[in-house]
Amino acid sequence: MDLTSINRIQAVRTAPVTAAAKPAKVVARDVNVYYGDKHALKHINVDVPDRGVMAFIGPSGCGKSTFLRCINRMNDTIASCKVTGNITIDNQDIYDPALDVVQLRARVGMVFQKANPFPKSIYDNIAYGPRIHGLANNKSELDDIVAASLEKAGLWGEVKDRLADSGTGLSGGQQQRLCIARAIAVNPDVILMDEPCSALDPIATAKVEALIDELRTNYCIIIVTHSMQQAARVSQRTAFFHLGTLVEEGVTEQIFSNPRDQRTQDYITGRFG
Amino acid sequence: MNNHIVKSYDNEFAELDRLTAHMGGLAEKLLADAFASLDRRDPKLAEIAVAADKAIDTIEQQVQERAIVMIAKRQPLANDLRHIMTVLKIASDLERIGDLAKNIAKRALAVAGESHPKPLMNGLRHMNELAMRQLKDVLDALSTRDAAKAREVWHSDAGLDALYNSVFRELLTYMMEDPRNIGLCTHLLFGAKNIERIGDHTTNIAENILFLVEGVTVTDERPKSDDTSSMILSKPAH
Repeated sequence: MDLTSINRIQAVRTAPVTAAAKPAKVVARDVNVYYGDKHALKHINVDVPDRGVMAFIGPSGCGKSTFLRCINRMNDTIASCKVTGNITIDNQDIYDPALDVVQLRARVGMVFQKANPFPKSIYDNIAYGPRIHGLANNKSELDDIVAASLEKAGLWGEVKDRLADSGTGLSGGQQQRLCIARAIAVNPDVILMDEPCSALDPIATAKVEALIDELRTNYCIIIVTHSMQQAARVSQRTAFFHLGTLVEEGVTEQIFSNPRDQRTQDYITGRFG
Repeated sequence: MNNHIVKSYDNEFAELDRLTAHMGGLAEKLLADAFASLDRRDPKLAEIAVAADKAIDTIEQQVQERAIVMIAKRQPLANDLRHIMTVLKIASDLERIGDLAKNIAKRALAVAGESHPKPLMNGLRHMNELAMRQLKDVLDALSTRDAAKAREVWHSDAGLDALYNSVFRELLTYMMEDPRNIGLCTHLLFGAKNIERIGDHTTNIAENILFLVEGVTVTDERPKSDDTSSMILSKPAH
């Protein structure tokens, strides 16, 4: 039997059976957010599965970033902001008054639209989190964490000879991957990404997307993106937000090929903006 | 269909639909001419029909080129994506229908000189009427995005298969009765087979319309009743 037919038989044998539903990592129930009088998010219910990527899409001002910021309590920093309802990570209420918000933010890493490395060396950018959270007992352990994080972020080969250089001296795409490396250095459970590629060129975008694809085997990732194609490429589930409500959530293939709600359809096909 | 923020996108869809409708119209005309040329033993009409197939092929190519450009330029999603994909598939079914109809016209050229026993054509005429009606209905369903009508066409293919079975039997009987009929009947048998295949492509188009409109693939077993592949007639006893 020749190799091609062996490959064919192999392909039939290893064809995936329908994927089993993954357990939910982040669970939101009846979440409402108010900025003063403005009711910004209305009755959001969603289950974000572990070890996968969920994309939040929707027009500007629809509430997707607001919801993202609820998951690591970034909205706490806005005085007029009030959050009601219930959000749990691994069944733990993250709005529990007894919960340490600093610890929460170590468990829930965040990557922003604009890469924001500290004005420090590449090494210190990564070592900062592990140091303040006491994750390394000595220099060599810290070195290992820095190397492993840069490795996971696909940046090690590019920066290993210049770890003492400033992080801000890297290219935009490298800076963004540095920020991802910094987020994973503290062993988070969840990584939130708010338009992580919107300031990057297509090559740097492809590298970040490849990285997201790698990371999803170990992390629960939520990404807010304005690029439908990016959502379709990187996520397994997609949620569409509109005017503060979660209109539709489902398997990404279904959302982009046959959405149930007319508003989803109109948005992703470019019929309203 | 026509309310994208970018107006030129709407125009591209309109052009894609116009081309598909044009192809459909040409395929209908080709089938009508091809069958008429066989029925009336009209070699002139047969030649016109054979030549007309080229135009269908050309438009299919245009549909393909435009669809590829649209996918590259617009990165369509949801119903837009289904629209482009189904138009591509429908265009290829229409192209096949054109080929099969052309083949009927070629049979007409082959049997042009043969004698003309009238009852032989009755079954084929019925088949052709049904195939023509289905083709018309499916093209109407396509331009009006009428899922109910597409479903009707989908179900009606069984009728065409049943007719084909009886034509098959009938022609076989004629051949057994008089071996001089064999040449003519074989050509007619292929003609009937071509019409039956046209029905299958029409059913494909109906399935694609259902996918376009409803977003779900038709998974039901097709209503089939073509059992000529296992049919044997024994020689009548004298």
